[in-house]
Amino acid sequence: MLGLSGAGKSTLLRCIARLEKPDEGEIIVAGSDWTRLSTAALRHERGKMGVVFQQLHLLSSRTVTANISLPLELNGTPRAQIAPRVKELLEWFGIADKAKTYPAQLSGGQQQRVALARALATNPQVLLADEPTSALDPETRSSVLNTLRNIRDQLGVTILIITHDLYSAAAVCDTITVLEAGRVAESGPAQLLLESPTTEITRRLLANTESPRHTRPSPRHAHYEEVGQP
Amino acid sequence: MNSLLEFEPALREATLQTLVMVSVAVLFCVVFGMLLGSWLAITSPKGIAPAPVIHQALAAFANISRSIPFLILIVLLLPFTRFLVGSSIGTAAAIVPLVIGGTPYAARLVEAALLDVDPGLIEAAVTMGASPAQAVWKVYFPEAIPGLIRAFTVLAITMINFSAMAGAVGGGGLGDLAIRYGYQRFRLDVLAICCVILIVLVQLIQTTGNHLARHLDRR
Repeated sequence: MLGLSGAGKSTLLRCIARLEKPDEGEIIVAGSDWTRLSTAALRHERGKMGVVFQQLHLLSSRTVTANISLPLELNGTPRAQIAPRVKELLEWFGIADKAKTYPAQLSGGQQQRVALARALATNPQVLLADEPTSALDPETRSSVLNTLRNIRDQLGVTILIITHDLYSAAAVCDTITVLEAGRVAESGPAQLLLESPTTEITRRLLANTESPRHTRPSPRHAHYEEVGQP
Repeated sequence: MNSLLEFEPALREATLQTLVMVSVAVLFCVVFGMLLGSWLAITSPKGIAPAPVIHQALAAFANISRSIPFLILIVLLLPFTRFLVGSSIGTAAAIVPLVIGGTPYAARLVEAALLDVDPGLIEAAVTMGASPAQAVWKVYFPEAIPGLIRAFTVLAITMINFSAMAGAVGGGGLGDLAIRYGYQRFRLDVLAICCVILIVLVQLIQTTGNHLARHLDRR
């Protein structure tokens, strides 16, 4: 889901995560309509979708292990099952050595992986990621994109990325939908959309994006950086 | 003029009375303050479950009781104190107005500490399927602990200040001793030593509070 600031990306994310209730329409996750569920039923269904926020929202008072345990504690998973699940996730994400540390002691990339591990703790079918690469340096960015690719290919999780960063979208997405002023401007297979954009907004997004390998300081580049600020 | 040594037992007793009054009062204020303060924070417009009417009512209650000067609150509460502890004089009687005067103050401090927690953390917990109660217990309180420790440090120091007025109901304590002997009988040395003990107490509480808060803060 691609768009400049103010295109309605955040609102859409908040609706899909059901932090807001949309006035109309449906939000269908794994076959059930999240706009029609009762509060209790929705709470139960939430295990089917993991959310990673732009600011990650890791709990500073909990260790990495305890952060990843949180969704399992909340859905009433027995303690005996939480520990092995968390261990499995720590190993999968390559952060087993950080199990007992606190988020503040980790690098941005490591925090990102903790947030992803936490979002995947309940074995969701869908992962919602809000600007997963915007606050990262280019190197960490490609490592996070790799991780996202692995989550899709190895764990079979559908990922919805919300971003203003066309490079990230192009690197991992199968389908891209461009948002403008709260509406879908165009939507289609990533390759096709990037090669032959049909709308002005997509052309503008493409023009604003430079390959990270050839970044050069320019007024245009500065603008591109600004767009990411919330 | 008698030597200061003669006052040693009196000073010892007064220090003990201050400590008892303050620690018991703080204990009650923490419990009631947490209840009232969490309620204030949760119902606040910036809280987890905004409820303007309840919030306004609680806020008005907290403001009214905080605007009454403590000495007047003691007098106003005399009948209630007599009903509660059977007497309106003594250390136990002094604790009643301390708790009632301190609770709204504690509640406001707790509210501020809780509202300091990033609301995004609560939203994250909601997307993980947290009920409002779970969000409060698993996220809100644990994340606010350093702030709460700082709030209770400020509370304890204010309670020492308030307890100096407990002499008005024969509650004893260092403030009482300082007034009766130091001021009314011109024993400036007694007054000075009472102040020194109070200063040391306040410093101890502040330092302990700071250390504890820093130790528990993982940010």
